[in-house]
Amino acid sequence: MSFITTLIGTVAFAVLAPIVGCLLAGLDRIISARMQGRVGPPLLQPYYDVRKLIAKDDVTVSGVDGVYMTAALVFTAFAGGIFFSGGNLLMSAFVITMAALFFIMAAYSSRSPYSELGAGRETLQVMSYEPMVLLMAVCFYMAAGSFNVRDVFGLPAPVIFATLPAFIGFLFILTIKLRKSPFDLSTSHHAHQELVRGTTTEMSGKTLAKVEVMHWCENVLFLGWTALFFLWGGPASLVLGVVVALAAWFFEILIDNNFARVKWQFMLRSAWVMALVCGGINIVVLMVA
Amino acid sequence: MGYASKSPWVIHYDASSCNGCDIEVLAALCPGYDVERFGIINTGNPKHADIFLVTGSVNERNISVVKQIYDQMVEPKVVVACGICACTGGIFHDCYNVIGGVDKAIPVDVYAPGCAVRPEAIIDAVVQALGILEEKSKALAEKKKGA
Ligand code: SF4
Repeated sequence: MSFITTLIGTVAFAVLAPIVGCLLAGLDRIISARMQGRVGPPLLQPYYDVRKLIAKDDVTVSGVDGVYMTAALVFTAFAGGIFFSGGNLLMSAFVITMAALFFIMAAYSSRSPYSELGAGRETLQVMSYEPMVLLMAVCFYMAAGSFNVRDVFGLPAPVIFATLPAFIGFLFILTIKLRKSPFDLSTSHHAHQELVRGTTTEMSGKTLAKVEVMHWCENVLFLGWTALFFLWGGPASLVLGVVVALAAWFFEILIDNNFARVKWQFMLRSAWVMALVCGGINIVVLMVA
Repeated sequence: MGYASKSPWVIHYDASSCNGCDIEVLAALCPGYDVERFGIINTGNPKHADIFLVTGSVNERNISVVKQIYDQMVEPKVVVACGICACTGGIFHDCYNVIGGVDKAIPVDVYAPGCAVRPEAIIDAVVQALGILEEKSKALAEKKKGA
């Protein structure tokens, strides 16, 4: 039963998440442009970009980066499927990390110094956010009594009341996970702060299109995690969840436009301090209470 | 209209410009002209770019760089020579080290003269380049179908 639900969820996520993610990316670019006093591109610009990339000639340095990116896409869809079909939050976090690993391998496979640099930095990003993601899942478990996402609808109150510190820590690493400035160390969407292009330096055409689509899906999944903290009672609370997710998205765009990239040392240190302080305090409080 | 002309990503290379034209190229990306309205993004990477904007003339030292950037770009691609230096060598044409315009190194699709080239002229040239990009994209699609 649960396997079939996950499978249906995965297929549904693979179809719907790119659409939602594409619109979010388009909104991001328009809002960013307005913040900079510009008009910005049309809402569907990310879609045009990907369609153009697919039509480009096939050129690859290593021959395998496209395969790695396909694997990354499949795992992203699977992670989304687990989460949105009401499955295990911890499992979803692990599976999305697999997708990140495939993305890193795709970057390493080209042997280009720039893309290796990006891959190394992407690894550091994974190292930075992973402790907080795990602590966030643990806090969720202690507050909700289960790792299963569908169980939140049986709660008398949203878990945010018991997990506020963990949520703040999660918001902090969300910037790293969404690859937004100041933590867009591995590859930036803004050319002005990039050496060449980090992880995607050697990718072009369809492979680059897969990277874009993976980012869309990831964004939807992570905003889903954000919304999870605010769900309770019945599915009606989903409205609040969507509002919170959109607010978090706007907050991330604001941060993205106001900060320059930091050094990796600062990212790693601050993310671990946030994990230990926010996650640690929250767990102790939940154990005592 | 196909997708190639809706999402033109550019790469900008300063061959041996006096920097006058470079400032104008970047001005086109600023809020006053905001070329991102047309989906135009300045990528720092030849593998992601569709349009190659070259400023300044080609000389003995940079001809290999210009050729290499062009070769690394993925088809379909177009080249725009920005400024009279990039078109013909301009006021530097009889310097001992200058070979001439960009077309001495790679095939140029659109010439945008001016010293310095105005942002309006660059935008006009890019719009013209989009038409050529579209044609090349169609030709590539035909070729892919045939293969
Ligand atoms: S055309 Fe004029 S402004 Fe442009 S690079 Fe040449 S000398 Fe400088």
